Amino acid sequence: MNKKQVLFRCLKAGFVGLVLLLLYAPILLLAVYSFNASDIIGKWESFSFAHYGKLFGDPVILGMIGNTLLLALLAAVLSTVLGTAGALGMFYSKKRTKAAMHAASQIPVINAEIVTALALAISFVAVGLGKSYFTLLIGHMVICTPFVVLSVMPKLKQMDNSLYEAALDLGASPAKALFKVVLPQIIPGVISGFMLAITLSLDDYIVTVYTRPSGFETISTYVFNATMRGNAHTAETLSSFWALTTILFLVIVLVVVLSNLIGRGRKERS
Amino acid sequence: MTKLRFSRKTLGIPYAVFLLFFVIAPMFVILFYAFTDRNNHITFMNFVRFFSDPTKLSTIVYSIVIALITTVVCLVIAFPVAYILARSKMKKKFVILMLFVTPMWINFVLRVNAIRELFNWMGLLGETNYFNTVFGMVYDFLPFMILPLYTTIMKIDNSLYEASADLGANGFTTFTRVTLPLSMPGIMSGVTMVFLPAMTNYVVSDMLGNSMVTIIGKFIYEYFGTDWHMGSMVALVLLIVVFLSTWLSGGFKSEDTVRGANL
Repeated sequence: MNKKQVLFRCLKAGFVGLVLLLLYAPILLLAVYSFNASDIIGKWESFSFAHYGKLFGDPVILGMIGNTLLLALLAAVLSTVLGTAGALGMFYSKKRTKAAMHAASQIPVINAEIVTALALAISFVAVGLGKSYFTLLIGHMVICTPFVVLSVMPKLKQMDNSLYEAALDLGASPAKALFKVVLPQIIPGVISGFMLAITLSLDDYIVTVYTRPSGFETISTYVFNATMRGNAHTAETLSSFWALTTILFLVIVLVVVLSNLIGRGRKERS
Repeated sequence: MTKLRFSRKTLGIPYAVFLLFFVIAPMFVILFYAFTDRNNHITFMNFVRFFSDPTKLSTIVYSIVIALITTVVCLVIAFPVAYILARSKMKKKFVILMLFVTPMWINFVLRVNAIRELFNWMGLLGETNYFNTVFGMVYDFLPFMILPLYTTIMKIDNSLYEASADLGANGFTTFTRVTLPLSMPGIMSGVTMVFLPAMTNYVVSDMLGNSMVTIIGKFIYEYFGTDWHMGSMVALVLLIVVFLSTWLSGGFKSEDTVRGANL
């Protein structure tokens, strides 16, 4: 390898590294100062778990974290069931039904989230549903379910259709064949759809704000209000968000590493 | 009573009903509100009122400018990254790609808050509002650009590069005549996925622009508290823009929208 090629490779690695550094700089800054006794970033006092103590000692913050997790879990489970059944139904439907459902399912995916949110909120109030946990859950399902359908569909297309016919020939009922033959073949798509639904729901701010019942806070709405309005209670909890960001980041890194290891294990076995 | 026969098609019925009630019907509700006034009379005044207001128009223009700058910066950063990773022979390149996607899984508002704290520490918060907003948007939407570009560049057949070199093209010509045209579908879906939230996601502009940067999405928020008819009109305009751009770019590549979950 000549000198020019080496230089070029270094440039490429340097560029990718620089972008990654920028991407991680804000998170790492918070992670470092989350272990600092001081409430001021840039002023190192001493190593301390004070911010973590504040995070876990604040019932309001713990409540909104609980709200967020429960909502994400509920929305993801319901979206996964609805979306998987929907994808199966679409897959076996006539071409026109399939195309129409696919188009409708794409609307929340390509639409600006705020348009989805406004349309839902106005509709709910117009028909007298107002804003409740139910409308919030529906709102989250509207943004999650199409992504479940999108991750299940490719698996259905790859599936070997003759296995289902074989199961029927061997005397399985259609329902049994579906659960014992079709479902195992599409399960990776179902799982990634579920994971995607969880992250979409956890991440959401806009649809939540427009459809939530009054007083209901998630991580997104709570942190936004705390930084923007900064009333007495929320302003002093700002530093506990550093701890929360760090914990979430570590959990995500753990999940990514574990899923890579599991994925590799599965590949090596097969 | 006839026994309901189980059919695989019937599995789709709940989702079809769900789409009808919660996706399609709300679009018609917006359409209705956009073209009516408070007394439910049909009117075009919402449209006229909005587009004849000079302050609204100037906001629209700079919202579009911010979104354009964000999209171009994203493309300029994402293209080399996607290209380098897609063409690299490194075994672990998948891990590096994952590193670009991982920050996206931290809660969106917490992520913007982290940038806010960084800017606060650097003394930029409240000083460079437009820069901060664009930085935050690039930061948040960059993976939406990297992923579709990576998947399209990955699909380019290696023999095409070899053929191009055999025919005497230099690196630059190969890039402009082979790589760039073939990555157009990825560029198009990346651009749509960045441009739209950059026009409408006011969380970033509010938190990083010190509430001094107003983008189109913020109008909808403001109207939601005061005038649903005007709010619906703005939403309808956005809706039309979205569908026109999707239609012009030749439909949406569903595999690109799955946010890296299918990697």
